[in-house]
Parts: sequence; structure tokens; C-alpha cells
Amino acid sequence: MTTQPITAQELAGDPKRRRKETRVKAVFMVAGFTSIAISIAIIVSLAGEAWNFISQVELSALWTLGWFPRRGLYDIPTLVIATTIISIIAMIVAIPLGLGAAAYLAEYATPRARKWLKPTIEVLAGIPSVVLGFWALTFISPEIVQRIFTSSKPFTMLAAGLGVGVLITPLVATVSEDAMRAVPLSLREASYGLGANKATTVRKVVFPAAISGIVASLILALSRAIGETMIVFMAAGAVGGAIRTWNPLEPGQTMTAAIASLATGSDQVAGEGLAFQSLFFVGLLLFLLTLALNSISNRVVRKYRETY
Amino acid sequence: MTDRIETHLGTTEEGQMAQEQANTSTTASDVAATSAEDSDAVRTSGGDPDDLNPVIIELENVNVYYDDFHAVSDVSLPIREREITAFIGPSGCGKSTVLRCLNRMNDLIESARVEGGVNYHGVDLYGPNIDPVEVRRRIGMVFQKPNPFPKSIYDNVAFGPKIAGYKGNMDDLVEQSLDRAALWDEVKDKLDESAYALSGGQQQRLCIARAIATSPDVVLMDEPASALDPIATLRIEELMYELKAEYTIIIVTHNMQQAGRVSDRTAFFSVDIQDDGERTGRLVEFSETATLFTTPEKQETEDYITGRFG
Repeated sequence: MTTQPITAQELAGDPKRRRKETRVKAVFMVAGFTSIAISIAIIVSLAGEAWNFISQVELSALWTLGWFPRRGLYDIPTLVIATTIISIIAMIVAIPLGLGAAAYLAEYATPRARKWLKPTIEVLAGIPSVVLGFWALTFISPEIVQRIFTSSKPFTMLAAGLGVGVLITPLVATVSEDAMRAVPLSLREASYGLGANKATTVRKVVFPAAISGIVASLILALSRAIGETMIVFMAAGAVGGAIRTWNPLEPGQTMTAAIASLATGSDQVAGEGLAFQSLFFVGLLLFLLTLALNSISNRVVRKYRETY
Repeated sequence: MTDRIETHLGTTEEGQMAQEQANTSTTASDVAATSAEDSDAVRTSGGDPDDLNPVIIELENVNVYYDDFHAVSDVSLPIREREITAFIGPSGCGKSTVLRCLNRMNDLIESARVEGGVNYHGVDLYGPNIDPVEVRRRIGMVFQKPNPFPKSIYDNVAFGPKIAGYKGNMDDLVEQSLDRAALWDEVKDKLDESAYALSGGQQQRLCIARAIATSPDVVLMDEPASALDPIATLRIEELMYELKAEYTIIIVTHNMQQAGRVSDRTAFFSVDIQDDGERTGRLVEFSETATLFTTPEKQETEDYITGRFG
């Protein structure tokens, strides 16, 4: 049996095909780098105006009674505190509800119950936040907050926080549930085989093994809570400006709502000279906050992850 | 290592006798054991039935269904204390399914239904008021693929005792369990490291250590060596033989040589394929391993062990 000698040209392949390969690669590369370019563009545009603001503003105006940009009072802590309060309230709602729902869906629910429950939760995740904002204003505030705290105002950070909590609960539930379902059945079998009951298996085996996904869901939810605008804008009041307070039963303005309330309704931002620039500064702060949150969570997840 | 196993094979009869004499305690299940074993004793002509180890688990006409699918039909056999019982047979013959009936692992499959009696020390495991959690604390399990928890070696072994509320010295128990599983020397300096850093064979021995840390009566092993290389396999087999002194072991295996090497008794399962394609497993023959492999009673068994089928 003799083999035909092969020339290098025969193995070189079709140049047309190779060119096509290169083109496809280029298209995907452009898609990948576009998102990076957009991120850089955002930072640059934020940083420029933010620098204008911080270099021109009187530093004493950054630490005053409250956030009243139209009057030249830019108390940043007011916004940060309100954002913190509303995010904490939202997480207090979303962590138990979301993780509980996730554990039920992943471990306890019969396939039949799961079949209608999971889509329902996903529908809840799809409700526009403006609808939830309206609901927070017309239901949560009068029916829950004002019934418990009879003397509270119609616009409170508490009502807004509860509304944001409802908004992010489905996010926690679905992402955590996916993480828990991804834990291999063999680990559950090992646990049951050792005489563990369901509750122990969920707490000691499934939860630790899914922790990176669960923490990811919480960080995602927290980022969403910090970034949420509409519910806070509608239900927390204080649209014209806010006094610095830690009391959740007072109206308040978050960083997002502060930007929205100034940069809306006209082609010009009304108010004193630097009001326009101040928004960029707040925006940059918001950006840095979520960035920090993401990198912290990455580190936490890497430390506590149980890889299977 | 191989020598020991071969020696063991050669002296099965004597070893068993010695063990049976050592085991003179009489429990309620002894009575059931001897009566249920009469027919078997005649067939295997293994001497006086009174010398046999007492029956610890008795399967009586066990049928398993998945919804309407009849997976296993009418299995009856006794499992004797401090022996290794092997389940062999072709794929899909229901041997793993039967094994999983013994500690109610089938409960985890919602569509599974078990009929008939699985009597453990004379108590029906499928009776009312039987908590599968309690059953599994007494009848432990080692799975086909090593499945350590993504935790440290120490925490893996301590998991079972911890959830059972063990009050004694955990460090001692962990050492003892790892020692019995012939793993202590290899891991004593890295108990805090992840179990996933171990090799496959070590992981499986860790799973065995984890299973015996709860001091079960019976250890079920579902093809415990099928994912391991030949050396690790021999290691596990040798370990099984050592554990036999304290535990009753039931092993499912694809590997007939393995059944021949380690077990005292072997149950051969086969599968019937109906016209509609449904595959129902059944027990063909159950006897002492030496008998089953040398002079099987049924033609079907002989065909299988000589490689003419399956």
C-alpha cells in the first residue's frame, strides 16, 4: 500500500475561509470592546463635570443642613444616608423573603408547585418600578407604614425602602434558587445518607455549597437597590430637597432621586450655578460605590466559596 | 495487599466458622433468621444452620415501582450480620434500586414506591411511623462516585456525628474513623484541607470514614470502586474485608471478580424485557459466593458469570 505524497499547498487550506474566520473574530472583538469603551466614556464625562463642581464649589456647602442644590447647599451626606437607609430596609425585606423563596423552590416545592410559582416570581421581577413606586405610595404608605406609625407622614423613606425591597426580592429569589439547584444531587444524597433531615441538608450542605451564587444575588440586589430611582422618587418625597436625617419615618432623597429630581422636566437644570455640575459629582459617587461593592463581594465570595 | 485477599478467599469457610463461633449473642432476629434460612441452608449445604450469622435485614417480596413502571419484582433474600453480601447483575437489573430500598434512599425519588417487607432486626422499615432519618443513621451508605462535601477533611468526617448530636470527643472520633478507613496516615497532617484535594481513591475512603463515623450497623456500598483505578479498587476491597469484622456490608458491583474476591454471599439479579420494552429486574439466584461462582443452580447465572450474557 503506497501513500500519495502531500504538498504543503494542499494542507494550507482555503484562503477565503481563513479570511472569513478573521472577519468573524473582528466582529466579536468589536462587540466586546464597545462595552469597555462605553464604560470609559461614562467615567470620563462624569469625571470632567464632577471635577468642575468640586473645584468651584465652596467646600463648606458640601457639609450643611441638607441637600438643597437650588439654594447652593450640596450636603452630600444627606444623599448617602438616605441611600443607605433605603437600601438597608430593602435588604431587610429581600434577604429573608428572597432566600426563603429560593430554598422553598429549590428544595421543598413539588415539581407541580414549582411549575407555577417560579414563573409567578419572575413576573413580579418584570413589574416596572414606576408601578411599584405608585403602589408604595398608595398602598404601602397608607396601609402599612401609617397604620403602624400613626403619626408618620405620607412620604417616608420607610415606605420607599419597603417598595424597593419588594422590587429586589424576586432577583434574590431567582438567582439564589439557580445557585442552590446547581449544587449536585450527590452532595444531597451524601447528607441524607448520613441521616440528615431536609432542614439540616439545606443549612449545612446546600447553602454553603451555593454561597457564592447566593452572595452574588445579594450584591446584585443591593446594587439594584442603590441604583433604584423611580420608587424612591415617588414614595420618599423630598423632591425639592432634603434635610439630613437618619430617621426612616422622614422624607428623604437618595443619590439617584436627587439626580432625577433636578435633571427632569425641562431642557435645563434649574437652580443655582453649580446645580448642574453637582449631579455629575453625585453620579460619579454612585458609580464608585457600586464598583466598590462589586470588588468587595468578589473577595468575599472567593474567601468563603465551597467549590464542588 | 492482594495476598491477603487471596488468602481470605482460600479460607472463607474457616474464617466464617471462626467468626460464627465468636458471635454467640442471640437476639430476636436470630429466631427469624434460622427459620427463614432453612431452605437456603439445605441448598448450599453449608453445615448446621445454627452456625450461620444472624439475619439482620430480611427482604420479603420486595417490589419497586416508579409511577407505573415496575422496576424490581418480588425480591426475597436475607442479609446476614458481619458478612459482605454482593449484588451482581447486568445494567438495569435493579440491584442499585434494591440497595437503595434498604435505607429508604428511594424516598428521595418522588415517583418511587416500595411494596413488600424490608425487615431490619424484624422491624419493617416501610412501616408507619418509621423515620427515614433514623433508618439512615443506622444503615449508612457509600456512593458510586466519591461525593465528599466541599468542606475540610475533618468536617466531612464530623458531619454525621455532629448532626446526630454526638457528645464525645470529636477529634478522637474523627481520627478513629479515618484510621478504620485506612486513611489516617495519609491525611493526619492536612485535616483542615479541602476534601477535594484528595485523589479519587482517597476521597472514596474518606466517604467510607464519613459513613462509619456515625457508627452504623450496616454499610451499603453502591459500586464503590467503579470510578477508581485498579490499585485504589484493591485498597477499597481490602478495607471492606477489614470492616466486615464490625459492620454488615452490602455491595452492588458490576465487577464479578470483585464480588468473587470480597463477598461471602452473592445475589445475582437479571432483567426481563417485556413486549412493550419495560425492563423489570428480578432476583435469579442467591447463595454463598463460592457456590454461586462454581456450581450455580440456574443456567442463567452460569451464562452470566461465564460471560455468555450481559
